[in-house]
Amino acid sequence: MSPLVSIEGLSVAFNGVPVLHGVDLTLQTGEAIGLVGESGSGKSVTWLAALGLLPRHARVAGSVRLDGREILGAPQASLDQVRGGRVAMIFQDPASALNPVLTIRRQLCETLALHRGLSGDAVKAEAKRLLDLVGIPDAERRLSAYPHEFSGGQVQRIMIAMALAGQPDLLVADEPTTALDATIQAQILELLSQVRRETGMAMVLISHDLGVVAENCDRVAVMYAGRIVEQAPSAHLFADPWHPYAQGLIGALPPLDGPRRRLTAIPGTVPDPQKMPGGCSFAPRCGLVEQACLRAAPRLAPLGDGRTVACVNAEASRKALLGIAAE
Amino acid sequence: MSALVRVSTVSRTYTMRAGLFGRTVDVHAVDGVSLSIPKGETLGLVGESGSGKSTTGRIVLGLEPPDRGEVRFDGAPIAKLATPQWRMQRARMQMIFQDPLGALDRRLPVAAQIREPLDIHGIGTPAEREARVRELLRSVELTEQHGIRYPGALSGGQRQRVVLARALATWPDFLVCDEPVSALDVSIQAQVVNLLTDLQAQLSLTMLFISHDLRVVRQISNFVAVMYLGRIVEYGSADDLFARPEHPYTQALVSASPAPGRRSAGRVVLSGDPPNPAARPAGCAFHPRCPRAIARCRNEVPQLASIAGDRQVACHLVGGSQVHSRDAA
Repeated sequence: MSPLVSIEGLSVAFNGVPVLHGVDLTLQTGEAIGLVGESGSGKSVTWLAALGLLPRHARVAGSVRLDGREILGAPQASLDQVRGGRVAMIFQDPASALNPVLTIRRQLCETLALHRGLSGDAVKAEAKRLLDLVGIPDAERRLSAYPHEFSGGQVQRIMIAMALAGQPDLLVADEPTTALDATIQAQILELLSQVRRETGMAMVLISHDLGVVAENCDRVAVMYAGRIVEQAPSAHLFADPWHPYAQGLIGALPPLDGPRRRLTAIPGTVPDPQKMPGGCSFAPRCGLVEQACLRAAPRLAPLGDGRTVACVNAEASRKALLGIAAE
Repeated sequence: MSALVRVSTVSRTYTMRAGLFGRTVDVHAVDGVSLSIPKGETLGLVGESGSGKSTTGRIVLGLEPPDRGEVRFDGAPIAKLATPQWRMQRARMQMIFQDPLGALDRRLPVAAQIREPLDIHGIGTPAEREARVRELLRSVELTEQHGIRYPGALSGGQRQRVVLARALATWPDFLVCDEPVSALDVSIQAQVVNLLTDLQAQLSLTMLFISHDLRVVRQISNFVAVMYLGRIVEYGSADDLFARPEHPYTQALVSASPAPGRRSAGRVVLSGDPPNPAARPAGCAFHPRCPRAIARCRNEVPQLASIAGDRQVACHLVGGSQVHSRDAA
């Protein structure tokens, strides 16, 4: 099966400072993939670059194909068909994505007119159907309301309705629940998975929260300093992480049940993109660093059961975690 | 065990005007909250936005006077804001907020900022103060090199360490932490959480730890109080409370906390919006969102009552004749 989206060697530099170093990622139709990593790891930049949403001073190289057609550097007119149509995106701060002086109806209908060519009564009926779909009560009346009349969770529901207006094949959700309270976060994630069940839409979920990604994605890619360092089916990744950084991230998460243990904090901080270390960018913080790590950045290598890891020491690192002597 | 901090039925109401000429509305930010924190222990306070957890923290420190009720620190009532007695008390109680950059002066090297409380409270000679600053930097795992930098030249985790060092400068007995690690990345968050638990043990600090993050709260706290719309709805020891939540709201919170390696089977997803403190429902404030609400919940406010062990729950459906199999505990 040919993939829905395939990203190859995607690199981004801002003012000559590289922030993304050759990202490869493929996404099948209907699949949910999670991108996790800390701030500055490049998880948002990957998708902003892929969709041509970065400012002009960003230098983007590589290839991004949607259904086999190259969209990186494609003319504006064809990109406008892709963005909001084939691929929709929602963000962390939904309130700033809506126009505060226009009613929800105006904003929803604009999207519908643009991507579906609807007009007149059809567009109004469709707008109401979308609000019903995302669970806004009393949709008919609420269409005439302004964004400030809704709560944070409801605004995110409206953003999802707008994203669905173009009947996308892929939804890129960038930290969609980070600004929301726990019980509202659960509602929004439930809504997203319900929408995916009904429409068969693929999803990219970008999050710093490992739990959110683990529960809502089929596959997870862990990013660090502008590279994917490990990629695996989510059940495998969280049960048995191989890359030392992935292990560190999971060990740093306090457990909610069972005995309390001291958290395994990763020492140091994420490297500054201007002063990126020569070899593996995780080497300065890694407990298993050796000479080979400092020479060149390791490439993602397949390790069976659908897993790829970028670490010269992946095997040893896994054994160390399992408490088996590496030798 | 003697309590260092004792909060007795404190309430705080703000008035808010609906619109420019609208009528005023009372917002009950905190409503009849009682807490006591034994010496050397940590109490975690969890809840969603608008639950009154930060206001409670401010009342405990005397930054905000309660309308009703009383706060006692080491047996004495909290003195009035900005009086000499209050200043004396404040040297023994300190606070850490979520945003370290907002709490630091960008134009002053961080060592000078760590020294400031010592200058204000007139502790030690200048040489002793310098030595104390070096000791504090070491205790939060920073070097003297970090001390001469400005806040802008430090990372988020390092800044929060500076804030912590400054809070510890006057050898406080009591620390209020309001979402201290929420703005930090997971790996940095773990560093600061470990540091906090170490320092708490070394200095036998008493802490009030406010956070929306159940995992972090459990990691740090001995006891936990769950707040909903200005009231405590459940209280208990940290491990037990998260393992066996009794209040329907706590159950939903625990269930909403995503865990790696667990698919969302049997999750309790609450319907309805987060509560608005300005329009609190009658009866149990949680009843419009509660999956188990009965008629009584709509008009009668449930009181916090002990059910078994040290657990207290404010729910008509829990406790009394309905204590489950926990009688033996």
